[in-house]
Amino acid sequence: MSPKAVWILAEQREGKVADVSYELITRGRELADQRGTELCAVILGDNLSDAELQTLIDRGCDRVLHASAPELRHFLPEPYDKCLQALIVKEQPEILIAAATSTGRTVMPCVAGPLRAGLTADCTGLQIEADTGNLLQTRPAAGGNIMATIKTPERRPQMATVRPHSTRPAPSISGRTGRIDRWQPPADLLKSRVRRVDYTPAVETQAIQDADVVVAVGRGFKKGDNVELARKLANVLDGAVGASREAVDRGWLPYPAQVGLSGKTVSPKLYIAVGVSGTVQHLAGMQTSETIIAINSDSEAPIFNYAEIGLCGDLFTLLPMLTAKIAAAKQS
Amino acid sequence: MKIIVLIKQVPESQATRMDETTGTLIREAASSVINPLDLHAIECALLIKEAAKEKCEIVCLSMGPPAATKVLREAMALGVDHGVLLSDRAFAGSDTWCTAFTLAAAVRKLGLPDLILCGERATDGETGQTGPAMGAFLDLPVISFVSHIEQIAGGWRARRMLEDGYETVEIDGPALACVLKEAAVPRLPTLQGKRLSRAKDIDIMSAQDLGVSQDDTGLKASPTRVVKIFRPSHLKKCEKLPAMDPAQAEKAVDRVVCLLKEKGLI
Repeated sequence: MSPKAVWILAEQREGKVADVSYELITRGRELADQRGTELCAVILGDNLSDAELQTLIDRGCDRVLHASAPELRHFLPEPYDKCLQALIVKEQPEILIAAATSTGRTVMPCVAGPLRAGLTADCTGLQIEADTGNLLQTRPAAGGNIMATIKTPERRPQMATVRPHSTRPAPSISGRTGRIDRWQPPADLLKSRVRRVDYTPAVETQAIQDADVVVAVGRGFKKGDNVELARKLANVLDGAVGASREAVDRGWLPYPAQVGLSGKTVSPKLYIAVGVSGTVQHLAGMQTSETIIAINSDSEAPIFNYAEIGLCGDLFTLLPMLTAKIAAAKQS
Repeated sequence: MKIIVLIKQVPESQATRMDETTGTLIREAASSVINPLDLHAIECALLIKEAAKEKCEIVCLSMGPPAATKVLREAMALGVDHGVLLSDRAFAGSDTWCTAFTLAAAVRKLGLPDLILCGERATDGETGQTGPAMGAFLDLPVISFVSHIEQIAGGWRARRMLEDGYETVEIDGPALACVLKEAAVPRLPTLQGKRLSRAKDIDIMSAQDLGVSQDDTGLKASPTRVVKIFRPSHLKKCEKLPAMDPAQAEKAVDRVVCLLKEKGLI
């Protein structure tokens, strides 16, 4: 008999499958193939369309399990926890991975508690151990100074959250088939002591965790008005503007833009650190970025140790020049 | 009203040491401080207490070696009323499941409060899992990524920072909230606070006091095992380009544009 299924916890916003779900498919497909088993996406929401759910199959799932109720439209801790637990108890998957997002990082520990499942946070690597079939979960800890590989030898499911952007989204393959199961949870699983009463979209147009390119603003910008220079560079790269703690403390950018230990962890394709010295706290939030470029007037700034290319010079000269040249390169 | 704030002692520097055989962090070695985000949780509790019409008691709860009394003492210098430390060799090596289970047992012993506060994550393990798992064990709604919290009639109102914006939620009855830096600006201890803190008691509780068995706490009971630890190789051979004068700057910027093209980023 083949082992039990590999599950991913897909996410949706306003009825659309969130892109981070497709990254989970990349991870999940690999694991399911190695284990010779089925890959199933679980998605909680309010009556998603077949077309939306089919995208999960097109990108590599064998099955989609959609828990559907009006109460599941937005993340609420209790219904999400209870519904996911009920599905796990019923179907006993071998592995469950979720994205290390505000939803994944909240619901996974709530589920793992009562199920006594092992859970590893914010993994950047997942593999199957050759002889045992156990899931090997690798994650950074202690500000990225240490990597740890963790496994759950006995308890099932083996659970992990995965750092967004730590892998590519799975591509869509036309003609893939799979089955879509819809499940209407009973009312007692949907009870909530928490009500969502208001929602305000972020000031910045793009969230830094979702961006492929992040231009980070540090103390070197000298004043808030100068942040415009970073915004212009971010615009030509379709990126978002991030910030060091100093830049946020000075009120140049709002807290949601803060990268680092007391802010967000990002892992974009390209991270351009401008006027950012690279404190250990900041490095912890961005050092898994694919390509890092640093611009700093201090040639000894620690950020240079993590950058592929470092420009030692004046950001007020270099930034507009870089923006113009990238714009020109994109034109041609 | 009663508020319990969970605090963790973390190494002051980033030079964390690990036990190479068990893969767990060595906590006694480095000089320890309160996990930075926990200071924000303490501040939230103090602000709620100051705004409350009723009497309010704030208890700080920690789990760790006897030396962790130091961070509880620091919390009390800020205005926390009472400190409780869970300390027992039996707890050593607990993963987040066992830690949450043990802390939850302690909360039951202390009596379920109106609110449990903790920092969203600690700077050493960076899992952010213990708080939510504890909420699940205690059947409390878990309010994560909290950037503001206040008391309302019959419960709490909190603002959560999500990927794409801020969400406001209202909670009926007790809750567990994991707070972000934005939730409050920590105050500094006062001389009087420090003096008062020395007179306050810290209760130390063992596994036996909690009625927690070896099957549910410590390294052996933990569902997860550390297989190996290693130093990551993030350090890159940086191509450092001088860009002080205009000619250098132009050359350096061209090199960056070239790299971005090579990598298909533009």
